[in-house]
Order: sequence, then C-alpha cells, then structure tokens
Amino acid sequence: MAKKLMKGNEAIGEAAIQAGAMHYFAYPITPQTEVAEYLARRMPEVGGVFLQAESELGASNMLFGAAASGKRAFTTSSSPGISLMSEAISYITCAELPCVLVNVCRAGPGLGGILPSQGDYFQATKGGGHGDYRLLVLAPSTVQEAVEHIMQAFDLADKYRNPVMIFADGLIGQMMEPVDFSTIKKGKPADHSSWAATGAKGREPHIIKTLYLQAEENEKHNIHLANKYKKMDIEKKSEIYGGLGKPELILAAFGTSARVCKTAIDQLNEEGIDIALFRPITLYPFDDVTISELANKKHVKQILTIEMNSGQMIEDIRLFTKSIKPIHFFGRQGGIVPSPEEVIAEIRKIIRN
Amino acid sequence: MQREVKFAGFGGQGILSAGKFYGEAGMEEGKEVAWVPSYGPEMRGGTAYCTVVIADHPIGSPIVNNPQDLVAMNRPSLEKFEPTIRAGGFILINSSLIPDRVKRKDVIEILVPCNEEAMKLGNNKAANMIILGAYAQCSGMLKLESIIDIVKTEFQRKPQFIDSNIACIMRGAEIAKREMENKN
Repeated sequence: MAKKLMKGNEAIGEAAIQAGAMHYFAYPITPQTEVAEYLARRMPEVGGVFLQAESELGASNMLFGAAASGKRAFTTSSSPGISLMSEAISYITCAELPCVLVNVCRAGPGLGGILPSQGDYFQATKGGGHGDYRLLVLAPSTVQEAVEHIMQAFDLADKYRNPVMIFADGLIGQMMEPVDFSTIKKGKPADHSSWAATGAKGREPHIIKTLYLQAEENEKHNIHLANKYKKMDIEKKSEIYGGLGKPELILAAFGTSARVCKTAIDQLNEEGIDIALFRPITLYPFDDVTISELANKKHVKQILTIEMNSGQMIEDIRLFTKSIKPIHFFGRQGGIVPSPEEVIAEIRKIIRN
Repeated sequence: MQREVKFAGFGGQGILSAGKFYGEAGMEEGKEVAWVPSYGPEMRGGTAYCTVVIADHPIGSPIVNNPQDLVAMNRPSLEKFEPTIRAGGFILINSSLIPDRVKRKDVIEILVPCNEEAMKLGNNKAANMIILGAYAQCSGMLKLESIIDIVKTEFQRKPQFIDSNIACIMRGAEIAKREMENKN
C-alpha cells in the first residue's frame, strides 16, 4: 500500500487491524470518535468485532473480558473517558492481561473542553486508577508514529502481559498526515494458551483474578508485578533533535509540544543559537539515562520543559536530572497548543538571563 | 520550503474536502503534508476551516497562527482571517458571496466568482473545486495535473462527476491566471 493521507484517529484504527486486533470496544467521545466511526465500517470487512458499549465503564470491562480470553483487544477514549475506565485498567493490570488503550487527550479537568492537551501525563504515567500499577506509555508526535506505536503496543502488551497506553492528543487524532503502512511489520499475536480463559475443555481451568485477600499472597503478587515493571525499563526510548554540537539549552517536550519545539529549534539553530530537544517517546518507562547524561554535560546550562499542561513531565525531568541545572517551564493549557513563536520568545528570555 | 494555506468558509461548502484534495496532491508529489481541521466550538453559520501545510522537509508545528495564504469562501472567514495572513500572501475571495474586498495593501487579492462559475459549468456544488483550481494556480506549489489526478481517484465511485469537477478546477486556474496577469 502506498502512502495515504489519513486522519490520526482513522490511522490508529487501521493500525490496530493491521496488528491483528480484531476486538474493539469503545464509547464515543470527542476528539477520538472517528476511531469508532472508522472501525464500525472496517471491522466487519475483516471479520472483527466492534462493540459500542453503553458507557466507558462497559467498554473497559468488555476489554477486560476479551483480553482474558487471550485475544488482541483494545479501546480508545479521551481524557474523561479514560478516568471512567481507570478502575478496569487497574483490574486488567492486576490480572496481567495484554491489551492496548489509546488516550486521545483533551483538556480537563472535569468535562473540560474538546481541544488538545497533555494534562493526563500524571494519569498515564503515575496511575489513574487505584493500587500500585504501571502502564507502558508511548507518546507519538506524528500520525505515522501513532501508527507505528499501535503496532508496537500490541507486541509489548503481549511481552509483558500488561496494558500499554498510547498517549496521543486531540491534534494527532484530528489532523491528516501521510501514512505508510507498508514499512511496518504486520503484528502476530503471541501464544497465550498457558493462561488464557478459553473454556477448560480437556484441561484444568485457568483462573484470572484480581482478589488476593491474604496479605502475604497479595504482597507476593505485588512484588511479582514490581519486578515486571523493572524489566520494562529496557523499553525506554527517546529522541534528541537539533543542536549545533554543544547545546547550551535543552528543551524537553513530548508529542505535539515536541513538534512545536522542533520548529522553534530549526529557526534558532539557523541563527546560530545552539539548543536541542529531548523528546521522550516512552513516557513510562522514562528515558532517565539520556536526560541525565544531557543535564550533566558541561555545555548544557539550562533545561526548558514545554508542555500542554501546568507542568507535569517537569517533575520527572527534575527527578531524573536531580535538578543539577536550572529547569524552566513553559506551557499552554485549556486546549491551546503553544506556538513556535511563543516557544522562541521563552527561549530568548531564558538564554539572555 | 514550506507554504501554508487556510481554506475557510461555512459548513457544506466543501472547504475541508478542497483542503484534503490539495493535501493529497501534495503527498502524491512526494511532499510532506499536514491537514489540520478546526474542531473547536464554532458558532452555527460561522466558519469551518482547515489549514494545509505543504513542505519539502518534515513538518514541525502543524499549527500555524500566521499562514501564508487564505482561501475565503464566505464573509465571516475573510473578516476573521485577513489580519492573520503573512505579508505577500494570496487572499482568494469567493466574490459570488463576499461583497467585501481586502483592506490590507501587503497581500495579493484574487477575486473568484466561484458559485457563478460552477453554475455556468453545470455543477453548482463544485464552487470548492473552482477555488481549489484557482489557489493551486496562485501558490504554484503543486502541479494542476496532480490535483486533477486526485479528483479522478476521489470520484472513482461517482465517475459522472469527474469531468465537471475537472472542468471547474481548470476554470478556477484560468481565472486566477488572468487575475494575476491583470495585477502585473
């Protein structure tokens, strides 16, 4: 298939099909409803199932059930919808079931607005639901990358038997960009026959549960999960963009904000101002090594974090750099995407001081 | 090299499709493309718009506050976006529906009576194709043939509309060419 100009939401739906995910449960919410619209048409063509639930609660528990049967399953929603799903996400993580969740993030808190935001960074990386769990979180910054992340997400979910979240935002969902599916290897579901609940004909029943009443037993399960999250550390990924060799300022941004930063960096690099971008591609696990190495470089004097929220990832940047250099923040909220001009103005202000 | 255009009008004028066709033609020519719709809250009868960015390098920020060019299909679009266009850009006005003219002196105004011309060519729904042809001619970023190829693909299932849509694109290009010649 040649390149196709596709809306992010539609491309996400198609990528899931190409990854072999034939089970999709969702409830409409702007700005991700086109995923459901697209899959309502596409799923029957490929022999898959799209079931529109009565609510996000329903959709997420249908996902729980489908994942328990070992099938590739996923759901998509946007911020308030993900909040409603958080109980099920905690359960699915406890039950160690592979599945994929897509958050096409919009502005909150509360019902908020329908425009793009990165306000759910804490929710995605520090747990939106209860209990001591982690999701593997991928943050695409283009439609093509969203497609690649979806394909990787199902494999990662299988590998760790853990839900994987794609953290997109309203802009990535709504915009159209050229997408090439041919460069991506077609996914193949892993063999889950050792644990999946598929009917116990001719074998002992497989039990999938999240209730561990005995403290010792529960602690053992929690330690097992914690060890798994540690193992996930090898999946951390980031990109360094721009710079003229010895950047004095490092921008830190992910997703849509990172794209805005790239435009700002292109312009300033051209003027001879040496700045570079650190873009985390996985938000959890976070690429602590790369940002710490950057922060420790002599020529790096300061760090500027750009987010579409009031400052969330900056806490991780502070943590992983041990605040060894001054860390500044610039963000827009409420559904506003910062402009390259604003970012440039902020950079000039910081560099001058 | 990067050029951005805002296609703006009211819902039903085929604005988003015109932008999509333009973007697809860019993609077919091997360029980088971003098509960004407005999906925020809008007043009923107000503006529907999309921005199309065409570049020969990966596109950074897909949101452009000050695009190079504007295609205005109705009056509110012209009022709202005229001040945002970068100096030296084109502002195409659908003069069938917009009695106003550009107030700025630092942009190039192109008048295209889209609805009348579409009607004359027997396809009164294709005012958007008139303006698309006109804009392609002005920007010079893409070949007219690429856009015509996209029309053929997009209307594959409704082949009866292919010829009239192509005629509208050609007509739009012709009007824009004449307008530009008159200015020189």
